[in-house]
Amino acid sequence: MTADLNIVGKSVARNDGTGFVTGRTQYTADLAFPGMLHLKVVRSPVHHARILGVDLSAAREVKGFVRALTHEDVPHNVYTILGLIGVEPEEEFVLAVDRVRYMGEPIVAILAETEAAANEAVAAVRLDLEELPAVFDMEEALAEGAPVVTHWGNNTFIYEGDTKRKVRLGDVEQGFAEADHVIEHTYRTSPIEHAPTETTGCIAVPEANGRYTVYTNTQAIYFSLDNTAIILQVPNNQLRFIGGTVGGGFGGKVDVIVEPLATLGAMLTGRPVRYVYTRTEEMQVSSTRSAEIITIKDGIMADGRIHARKVTALVDCGAYSRQTPYAITKLAANAAGPYRIPNVWIDAYCVYTNRTPTSAMRGFGVTWVTFAHEIQMDRIAELVGLDPWTVRFLNAHRNGDTKPHRKIVADATLIETMQAAAELVGHELPAEQRAMTSAPRDAEGGR
Amino acid sequence: MAKVRGTGMAAVNYPTGMNLGGDPSQALIHATTSGSFNVVLAATDLGQGLRTVMAQIAAETLGVPYEQIVIQTADTDTGPHDMGTFASRATHRVGNAVKVAAIEARDAVLQLASEELEASVSDLELDGEGNVRVVGSPDKSLAIADLASRAQFQYGRTIAGRGVWMKPKSEVDPETGAMDPDSTQAYACTVAEVEVDTETGIVTVLSIRSAYEVGRQVNPKLVQGQIVGGAWMAVSHALYETTEPYYPSRDHRPKDFGDYLMPGPADMPAVESVVLEVPSANGPYGVKGVGEMTANSPIPALVNAIHDAIGVRIDTLPVTPEAILRALDAKQAEAAADAPAPAEEASA
Repeated sequence: MTADLNIVGKSVARNDGTGFVTGRTQYTADLAFPGMLHLKVVRSPVHHARILGVDLSAAREVKGFVRALTHEDVPHNVYTILGLIGVEPEEEFVLAVDRVRYMGEPIVAILAETEAAANEAVAAVRLDLEELPAVFDMEEALAEGAPVVTHWGNNTFIYEGDTKRKVRLGDVEQGFAEADHVIEHTYRTSPIEHAPTETTGCIAVPEANGRYTVYTNTQAIYFSLDNTAIILQVPNNQLRFIGGTVGGGFGGKVDVIVEPLATLGAMLTGRPVRYVYTRTEEMQVSSTRSAEIITIKDGIMADGRIHARKVTALVDCGAYSRQTPYAITKLAANAAGPYRIPNVWIDAYCVYTNRTPTSAMRGFGVTWVTFAHEIQMDRIAELVGLDPWTVRFLNAHRNGDTKPHRKIVADATLIETMQAAAELVGHELPAEQRAMTSAPRDAEGGR
Repeated sequence: MAKVRGTGMAAVNYPTGMNLGGDPSQALIHATTSGSFNVVLAATDLGQGLRTVMAQIAAETLGVPYEQIVIQTADTDTGPHDMGTFASRATHRVGNAVKVAAIEARDAVLQLASEELEASVSDLELDGEGNVRVVGSPDKSLAIADLASRAQFQYGRTIAGRGVWMKPKSEVDPETGAMDPDSTQAYACTVAEVEVDTETGIVTVLSIRSAYEVGRQVNPKLVQGQIVGGAWMAVSHALYETTEPYYPSRDHRPKDFGDYLMPGPADMPAVESVVLEVPSANGPYGVKGVGEMTANSPIPALVNAIHDAIGVRIDTLPVTPEAILRALDAKQAEAAADAPAPAEEASA
């Protein structure tokens, strides 16, 4: 099919491959600069607490200690990453002020001559904390009387005044009444780590012209620069971000966590500052994929068609929501899967708990709901006595169909993709399934 | 106790790009005096091969060999704005921006060539090897390298292009959820086979076979890379990974790869696939996107295969050996409870 093209469609050797396989590709952590300081963070040892006091006196005595950064040093200390595209409110603290909401939350940053000195000074900081009741379970977090994680009084993100992201199509209750069977099942998933080979990190370097160059492994270089400029209240053109080569991102490096503190450190000391996560920080402090509890209630016709679907999704964003509210909108847009369902009701909640914040991860909002709807499809097949292929061909959406969020299906190829998979594995499809296409139903006189 | 086998399938769709806030990327291209082209971007290469596919798209559009393209990316002092590499958007968005920029640069080449060759632009074509020629007159041709040099030293003109591609912002209707959240959709269907050891709960993945429809493939080997990597991640998500094994308890959090379990090479079967190409309406050369979704269809396919093998549905991820043994115990207990109790009941 690529006869009309010269290079698009050809497996040319990648232009950066030699660097990877010979170990010569330069990553952020490979860089070093004269006079470079090391930044390490004092983190909350508990899940939820009031901060009564922070005593830096012993840390200051550590040989190699240069200075500490506290919330008072951060010009705009409360932010939300998606503020750049208008998401409100600002909610996360660059450095904690009077409260910590998850184990590992940054309280103080230490700048020191060596990594060892920075670690020693971090260990010497004395925290006076009054522990508060913490909530880890989403259903408990939504219940009356639960510890409140957010600063607005309940434990959900607010979408345009509502506690949930909603999708509504048709009349789902009437759909259940018309259905021959109604089934309801709940699917649960765990938080998981992005586990990139290269941990999150950056080095901020003061330049002679008064600007700051930040070498970073961010996945989104302007996103990181723009958020850093807001947090530090400096003109964007005072910052130069250099990156582009990343040893594994999977969504975790869309967060903007290391650049603001490293750049602030460079500004306040006039020296290059390196802030690179240890493996343990990557595993325990960096965002995870959200855990989810997804309940799918389906009204099924005797022939296997899905007539109505109600989805209630709880998504655990941890103590700060980062990119998760956006992922939930994607979840809501994809909860019907690649199937035509005429009556749909989706309620998706972003739930705050006292755990590590969650954020973007490969499959952003879609991976877990895909897991749920595809296990559900097998259950539907079993219920009406169809094989798993047939129930999917029967319900497959086609060009011109309407999705629950009212977008008209285009570029659809579910049917063709399943036909190709059947051929690959030697599964014999009946003639009518072999003859199906994703062409609009009208073209063939409807279903 | 035995080793039992099962087969499962799953089918998925996956959206390209985002909607909230608008989703743009830019590209700038300029010719050097030797006829190569520098493509300047601010997009990040996560290892998926962005630099390679952008060079391919630029070379295709400019009609020069792939080796004539230099990609410079992610220095904010030079690179024009880009939203970032996520949402399976980079090949689609950045690729479109590169194509738009390359068309503008190509038009500058053709304009100069039309003056030099005394032929109208519409009578010119690119040979894909760095030459402009007059259609039907193979001897009337000029090397783009010569044109680029003359543009600079003789004419004082630029051969350059600017490109931007944006998915406009789509507000979500708060009551109905009506929205336009993506640019196109790619599809996947996976069939997985497993063997479950009912004594240990250990699942051996015997095969993962998938069909993908990803629009135009820019570089089929890089697409394969995504497919194989996605299958690994899927096996890991389905059977191994969790930061909190007894979620919502926060105990047993991992410190390193020693206690964050993921599959190794010996745990993976060969990953087989076929790729269909149905060009999208709005991607560069019909691209859709393949990145994220490769991890999605194998997860439910594996869990459905486990059900096929042991006859128990497990609705919580990951499906660890412990989860399987507990599910089998529960099934056994249920069967025992359902069975008519023998002696006591008879004597009662």
